[in-house]
Amino acid sequence: MSKVSAAGVEFREMDELAAQESAIHALHPLIKLLVTLAYIIVVVSFPKYALSGLSVMVLYPILIFQASGIPVRTCFHKLRVVMPLVCAVGLLNPFFDRVPLLYLGNLAVSGGVISMITLMLKGIFSLMASFLLVATTKMDALCAALRKLHIPSILVTLLLLTYRYIAVMIEEISIMTDAYHLRAPGQKGIHISAWGSFLGQLLLRSMDRADELYQSMQLRGFCGNFYYADSTPCTLGAAMYGVLWVGAFLLARCFDLPLLLGNLFL
Amino acid sequence: MHMADALVAPAVAATMYTASAVTAGVSVHKLRKDDSAQKLPTMAVMSALVFAGQMINYTIPGTGSSGHMCGGMMLTALLGPQAGFLSMIVILAIQCLFFADGGLLALGANIWNMGFYGCFVGYYLIYRPIMRSRWFSRMSAKAASRLKLTIASILGCVITLQLGAFSVVLETSISGITELPFGMFVGIMQPIHLAIGLVEGLITTAVLLFVHETRPELLMDVGTSDQPVSGKCSLKTTLVILAVVVAIAGGGLSLIASSNPDGLEWSMFGNAEAGYSENMGLDEDDFGVDSAAADKAAAIQEKTAFLPDYAFSNSDSPAGTTVSGLVGSAIVAAAALLICLLGGFFRRKRKQKQS
Repeated sequence: MSKVSAAGVEFREMDELAAQESAIHALHPLIKLLVTLAYIIVVVSFPKYALSGLSVMVLYPILIFQASGIPVRTCFHKLRVVMPLVCAVGLLNPFFDRVPLLYLGNLAVSGGVISMITLMLKGIFSLMASFLLVATTKMDALCAALRKLHIPSILVTLLLLTYRYIAVMIEEISIMTDAYHLRAPGQKGIHISAWGSFLGQLLLRSMDRADELYQSMQLRGFCGNFYYADSTPCTLGAAMYGVLWVGAFLLARCFDLPLLLGNLFL
Repeated sequence: MHMADALVAPAVAATMYTASAVTAGVSVHKLRKDDSAQKLPTMAVMSALVFAGQMINYTIPGTGSSGHMCGGMMLTALLGPQAGFLSMIVILAIQCLFFADGGLLALGANIWNMGFYGCFVGYYLIYRPIMRSRWFSRMSAKAASRLKLTIASILGCVITLQLGAFSVVLETSISGITELPFGMFVGIMQPIHLAIGLVEGLITTAVLLFVHETRPELLMDVGTSDQPVSGKCSLKTTLVILAVVVAIAGGGLSLIASSNPDGLEWSMFGNAEAGYSENMGLDEDDFGVDSAAADKAAAIQEKTAFLPDYAFSNSDSPAGTTVSGLVGSAIVAAAALLICLLGGFFRRKRKQKQS
């Protein structure tokens, strides 16, 4: 499968995940968006050596994975390309920070190793939280939540329209790429002689189509805004869900919970 | 060049979100004033096209590797800087949400690094001045326009990518994330992005030249060299706006820069405690911070610091702390396992009930 068609399949799969039914899927999108943002901010704000404090943050994605019924392997499978890149960020830390920070028996662990693992965990946790938000929320609902946050309608409408057209464009480019490669077997990419015309042709056609599209939208009464049906009301329970999670994140950030737990048993 | 969440400190992320939001606000205001609802479907189609078009591999002759086109510059040339910037925001948001390309927290920084430089700096400081200049006036109008378009596209892609790459280094260093020294980080990032910028510039030029051949009216500022550079948003006004935005961003960044020892600080003062040599021979204690006001500021900063230094190695009993931490983490892992088992148990039960 080509890169373009693979992207199309990934898009559809995410849509299907978001259309499932669970308690997390049914939550108000704005609450989910705010909790996700709070989680990422708290995770990223942990100091670079705070490995034990950070470890407790794994409970949020695990709970959401379990409550929403989204398999963890789906997340890791989808993020397989990005995950190594995120993990590679701190790889050089052990070479620059060699001061021993802790001893496991006779083994001295340097600050660089601790900060590298912390950085990797921060990256993985943030990725999982963003993935869970998109995997449990439909794009329409997410756009409605953005409107509630008073993001300008032109930007939200553009986001929704672009999201819808991407599927069409991916399909179109996939067909064009397949047709090109069938006529140029053994060639890795697009030859320099066709650099301009390949995408240029599609661009011109798309611009014309966009004009027609606008005219048809106007005929149906479009005046620059989409109207979103608020299907999931923001109940007291949903608000409590948000407040409890944010409270828990702040608690985990202010106190090293694993350390306190360990002290209880020692 | 997409930054992940782990690469930015919350304060840097917030500053970059603010800078990007101000620029987006100005763009939305301008588009609303021009009543450009008509542009909306075109913007959406173009964003989708650039998004999907970035997945096409273009073979670079003689190297065997491939390149991609430069989205920001192409959107600016076809839609204008404001509409182009909003389109870039949408593209980056979708890349972040659906392909985990760049993090949700780092989105503001990514918008600034790729959207702002590509659209505003690329248009007002590179594309428009070149396209409206009287260069190559001895040649035929079409040939001159083609040459100017080529120069503007390549220069635009190279310069905006260099600015973006430098911003990435600056934001990461100020966040105090990587141990990589500032100078080395810049030394790695800039040359890589110079090569990428050149290739992206060539591909973008090819596409824009094709449009120029077939439908030149779709391109901004084509055939306008005789018109004086004026309009509602002149170069002077834009520069003033840019300066204000840069000052806000810079001011915000410098506020948090002082509380985090970063690569910049490292390269000036060194870190003698960690065993590094003092790079520029400057002693931090003697470097202009020895005043009553500075002491007071330091005391306030210590009390209000969002990221206080973690007293891992300075604790009273490091060994005890380590063991407690390990035991605590093991309990967290056990709790995580229990949640997974319970989740599986309840799901199975529900399935049995349904069947």
